[in-house]
Amino acid sequence: MIDRRRLLAALGSSSALAPLGALAQTMTLPFGNGERPLVTYPQKRPMIGLTSRPPQLETPFSVFNDGVITPNNAFFVRYHLAGIPTEIDPDTYTVEVKGKVERPLKLSLADIKRLPSVEIVAVNQCSGNSRGFFEPRVAGGQLGNGAMGNARWKGVPLKAVLDRAGVQKDARQVTFNGLDTAIVDKTPDFVKALDIDQARDGQVMLAYAMNGQDLPFLNGFPVRLVVPGYYGTYWVKHLSEITVIDSVFDGYWMKTAYRIPDNDCNCTPPGTPPKTTVPIGRFTVRSFITSVGDGAKLAAGQPIVLKGIAFDGGTGIKEVAVSTDDGKSWIPAKLGQELGKYSFREWQLPVTLTAGPHALKVRAASNGGQTQPMTPLWNPAGYLRNVVETVRVTAA
Amino acid sequence: MKRSNVLALAGLAGLIVALSGVGLVAVDAKPLTYVLPDETAAFKPGPNLDVVQGNCGACHSADYIASQPQGPAFKKAFWEAEVTKMIKVYGAPIDEADVPKIVDYLTQIY
Repeated sequence: MIDRRRLLAALGSSSALAPLGALAQTMTLPFGNGERPLVTYPQKRPMIGLTSRPPQLETPFSVFNDGVITPNNAFFVRYHLAGIPTEIDPDTYTVEVKGKVERPLKLSLADIKRLPSVEIVAVNQCSGNSRGFFEPRVAGGQLGNGAMGNARWKGVPLKAVLDRAGVQKDARQVTFNGLDTAIVDKTPDFVKALDIDQARDGQVMLAYAMNGQDLPFLNGFPVRLVVPGYYGTYWVKHLSEITVIDSVFDGYWMKTAYRIPDNDCNCTPPGTPPKTTVPIGRFTVRSFITSVGDGAKLAAGQPIVLKGIAFDGGTGIKEVAVSTDDGKSWIPAKLGQELGKYSFREWQLPVTLTAGPHALKVRAASNGGQTQPMTPLWNPAGYLRNVVETVRVTAA
Repeated sequence: MKRSNVLALAGLAGLIVALSGVGLVAVDAKPLTYVLPDETAAFKPGPNLDVVQGNCGACHSADYIASQPQGPAFKKAFWEAEVTKMIKVYGAPIDEADVPKIVDYLTQIY
């Protein structure tokens, strides 16, 4: 990791207008072709740079050991289309509500902030988080485990906005569009859809604050959709249009992209396509060790507190178990404070390791009865990864 | 959003980008302007580099290509499929004559 002193020293030695990318700091994700630049963007600390146009930034994994809330300046960034907004006037910004509604609305940011607000702590995770670990490898954003984050979101329930507009009886879905646009006219605009019942569940939110601050620009300023428990693809940024429709939306980003195999495991034999697919939905249950990394050297014969996080798609974490012997035996970990069922849940476990190599594993079970597989499930798009993670350390 | 809030939000990153002349600018408090850092990723030298820059680079940066998996399964057929997807799915206006040039470049260089 780049530290503050080195960053400032490097700044001092470069010309005033040199972009920070010129620092050329790199890090390597633990899979083939995993070297990435560490890049610094406005409002962000040094992040793992996946792509620059449009920007895609991954959170350095060490951030997840600092606390269960991911700081705004470390929160991952994912765009699809290169026409991202770079100038937004909060005074003239509006969110339109239209389609199958009794009273079409055009809400200003001030209008939205005047409505009764709610708060929820929720994980946002990219559908393709951890795609770089898929074997066989698949095309797409080659992410490590850092395309996730947990924040306290504040905003207005989508239900309240839809109720003001008056949803018509034949409504089936609601679509969401943001200010980002494609470069080429024929590229499908990034529009997502939710079923009307989910849109009115009271939890889906138009969020204008994140961890007590305005949303960072690249995280959807000034308003983004928050869909607790659902993959980030639905969390439309710079939200500008909400359209109620009486059909199932057939836009590219729902009908063709972001689909998972339509079977019990949402998986296929590695390297094979699915017969039928459905839109991706809720997170699978996951857990990570955050306090030690692969290759760490630890002290043998004395207690060490292992620490990490777990989360699922909204039933909450029931238990987390840790193995220090490559999965032969498991010890329940102590769960930390629950900030809500959609939040990261901290876990801790003191262990004493004998001298020698150890494969540390962590496995979570959700209140909904889901647990993590010991071997990875595969699908051609590289979504839903939730295999039991292993960290190899040596104690001496 | 006031400029002071912007800087407070941005923290260290904001301080540095403000000093280096790029970043988040709120003239007279609003509208809020976000200045993206310069693009540093570049297409590697190779045959028909100009064709690749003009077509692929029109819609996305070179790191989209450079970060893809490498190895025997990611050669000509893989890049043909990717270029076809760009044309058929994303509507990239690529001349038919340029397709083999792009595929050859990608296969050879990445």
